[in-house]
Formats: sequence, structure tokens, C-alpha cells
Amino acid sequence: MSKVLVVTSGKGGVGKTTTTAALGAALAQNGQSVVLVDFDVGLRNLDLVMGAERRVVFDLINVIQGDANLAQALIKDKRVPSLSLLPASQTRDKDALTSEGVAKVIAELRKKFDWVICDSPAGIERGAQMAMYHADMAVIVTNPEVSSVRDSDRIIGMLDSTTEKAKKGEKLEKHLLLTRYDPQRASRGDMLGTDDVLEILSIPLLGIIPESGDVLRASNVGAPVTIAEPESAAARAYNDAARRLAGEKLEVTIPTERKGLFDWLFKRRVS
Amino acid sequence: MSATTSPLPRIRISGRSFLALTLTPEAPLEDWLSALDHQIARSAGFFAGKPIILDLGMLDAETQHLADLLPALKERGIRVMGIEGGDRTWPALADWEWPENFAGGRASAEIAIPEDDVPEAPGPRTLILENPIRSGQQVVWPDGDVIILGSVASGAEVSAGGSIHVYGPLRGRAIAGIGGNGEARIFTRALEAELVAIDGFYATAEEMNADQTSKPAQVALSGETLTFLPLT
Repeated sequence: MSKVLVVTSGKGGVGKTTTTAALGAALAQNGQSVVLVDFDVGLRNLDLVMGAERRVVFDLINVIQGDANLAQALIKDKRVPSLSLLPASQTRDKDALTSEGVAKVIAELRKKFDWVICDSPAGIERGAQMAMYHADMAVIVTNPEVSSVRDSDRIIGMLDSTTEKAKKGEKLEKHLLLTRYDPQRASRGDMLGTDDVLEILSIPLLGIIPESGDVLRASNVGAPVTIAEPESAAARAYNDAARRLAGEKLEVTIPTERKGLFDWLFKRRVS
Repeated sequence: MSATTSPLPRIRISGRSFLALTLTPEAPLEDWLSALDHQIARSAGFFAGKPIILDLGMLDAETQHLADLLPALKERGIRVMGIEGGDRTWPALADWEWPENFAGGRASAEIAIPEDDVPEAPGPRTLILENPIRSGQQVVWPDGDVIILGSVASGAEVSAGGSIHVYGPLRGRAIAGIGGNGEARIFTRALEAELVAIDGFYATAEEMNADQTSKPAQVALSGETLTFLPLT
């Protein structure tokens, strides 16, 4: 049974694209076939984060308009063979996303993959609505700060009213993913705590991704953090989140850096 | 009051002959009409003021769009003064105003339609852009060459009927020879393109030779392969 998952947030810069790449790679590394679909037409980034920008020929809009077929536009990841990418078009705008075209592409992808992960653009306009419309489940990416939480709340309201599932009266599974979480700042009260966010949004928690330089470094070298730095705290948190998505019951913890013996010795030597 | 009878005026009749043109449409009518349009475009005014006989001899009652044929001709300023062939009982012709038939008439040879002097198509024109082309911008210039003094950013796309010259780094897409011009080339001071294409043959960044990255280069099409040459 294939699942269409939308990664969305309302607010920009909270880590939707990073999350799409990391979760998708983690699911694919666990043996699932996964396609990542970039819905950010006009401001595409997923190809860069996936390190596939040098291989893009056709894109989602070409497929929607019939200029290319899916097989031509899908880019297979070189590191994880069961992971594919359908890039967005940079030279078009969101109006090129027609409802019929998106429906057709999603239906075709459902047949080929276990997971269709749609990377939503920021905002609540056409692009975001098209990305969420066909979703069976949603990951709402939220930073522990008030503006992000309020925007997420708005998006959850839209997921419950404007999607295909909502219109059919069915329930769309929603999961909260807290990203860029800094436990020290949270304990000092500079950040909203996990409990506060969960209390406001009242949807189940999928995971907490710590603020980490590894994530940034991974993006810059064009690899999801779960592939580039698999031992980092962020990668482990994403891996656990992916397993929870796939139905495993794991307790949510705030991962910390795992220090090896040599790190420890080295640290001692230096100080 | 006495009635004066003046003699009735004499009716003067003299002969004048016009050459009526016989138009013989063929199915499918859509194609025929577009061919007609093409002809009219090349010899404007040829049908103006000429008597036209419409010969339906090559069509039948089932011809598609037959009912629209007469209005379509009127729309093009063609005055049909007689209809030959065909049958006015064909249902498609029910709404036609059927002019009275002319008796007689002698077929003459097929007439060659004079062609106007078609104005010389304007030669290739060059588009010169002084500003860098930003990510997401698309430049399409089917008429000729495009010269860009700045850079073409990643995510930007330049398409030209002729060649593309980029005096800054080419980091986006360059698509030359879009009208089927295999002679077109792509020139840049620094080749970092995401994709280059000439006359439909393309190469992505990954397929390009890494040695030439960021160096001045030209791309040409030889046969069915793109060749990358250093530009010195």
C-alpha cells in the first residue's frame, strides 16, 4: 500500500526540504521505495539538497504538461538505489501546477513507489495546497518559536479542511516534527518547550531534531543528513522519525551527540 | 388632360464576360481551408470582386464540416455566385442560401494564382542583454542569437533560435538552435552549465567533461553529439 506524505509547515526556513530529504533517505535505506517530489515550483531546492542539480533535464511541470514522461523526469539517487527525485521547475510559477496534472502524476507515482513524499513550498497558496491535496499523511515541520507554531496551526487547519481526504470525510494522519531544537535554550526559556508546542498544536509528536551543524554541512555537500552524517544526533533523530512513520513504536527522546572514546581522549588532551 | 405617350427608353444591352473562377474544395475541409488561407495570404486580393463558382463535385453528403463551408468562404470575402455539383437535398446544405444556377459556361484551364511579392523575411536578429540572467528567469529568442554580457545563474534558462554567447559564467541552461538549427553554438567565458542543448541534443552537467568546468568553452553539434571545445 503506497502512502502519499506531505512535508509542510506554512512558515519558510523551518526545515521542510531538509526533512523531506532526510526522512526520504532514511525510509529508502530501510528498504522502502521512495520518491521525493519538489512542489516548490519557481524556487526549487530539493535537487540541491539531494545533490542532483547537475542531472536535472525534465521536471514536474514538464510531466504535467506532457512534454516528458515520468520515467524521463525521475532522477535515481546514486547512493540509495530505491530513492528517486522528481524535481520542480525553476523557470515557471505555481500556476503551472494544474489540479488534473498533479492528480495524474501522484496517481502514477503511487503505482511505482511505497512512499511519495511531497516537499511543500512555504505559504498557504496554490503550491502548498497542491502539495497537500492528495496526501494520506502529513509531517508538520515546526520550530520551537511562536510564529512557526502559529503558522503550523494554520496549516493543520487547512489539512483538515481542504485536502482530498478531508473532503471525503476521511482522516488525514498528522505528525509533528520539531526541528532546530536546542535543549539548552529551551531550558533557559529562550525557546518554547516541547510540551508547550504539543499543547498548542495537539497532534502526535513524530520526533525532535536537534539544531545541528551536521544538517547544514550535509545540505551544502548535497546529501541528506541521514546519508552524509549517519551517526550524528540529527540523523539518528530522523531515522527514528522515519521508523515511527513506518509504524514502529519508539519513544521520542532528544538525541545528544554520541562521543567516541577517541573524541573524549582527544578532548582531554587538548584542554 | 391628355396622356402623352413617350416612347419607353430603349434597354441597352451589351455583352461583357468575366471569367468566373471555380473553386473545388476537397475533404478534409479543414485542411483545404487552411491551404486556402495560405494561398490568400500569399496573393492578397486575388479573390476580391471575382465571381466564384463553388464546385462540390469532389465532396459528398457525409463530408465533415460541410455545413460551415459556405459561411467560411464568405468570411474570407469570397463571393459565391453559383454552386455546382453536390445536391441541395444534402442535409448539411439545408441552411445554405443557394444561388440560382447559371446555364452554360465553358471550363477553362486551371488558373495559376499570382503570388504577391512576399516581403523578404527579416534576417536573423540578435538580442543583447546587459544584465545578468537570474535564477528562474527564462529568455526565449527564436529569431536569432542571444548575447548576454553578464552571467546566467543556476536555474535560469536561455533559449535561442541561433547561437548563445555568454560573456560571464554560464551556470544555468543554454538551449541553442531551437528552430532546428544544428549550426548554432554556445559560447561562454566560464562553462558551469546545468544543461546545454543544440537542436534538441542535450547534455547535463554530469555528462560534461570536468576538465572544462569554469573555463572558456564553446559547444557545437557534430552529427548527433555535442562537442565541447576550449575557447582560446
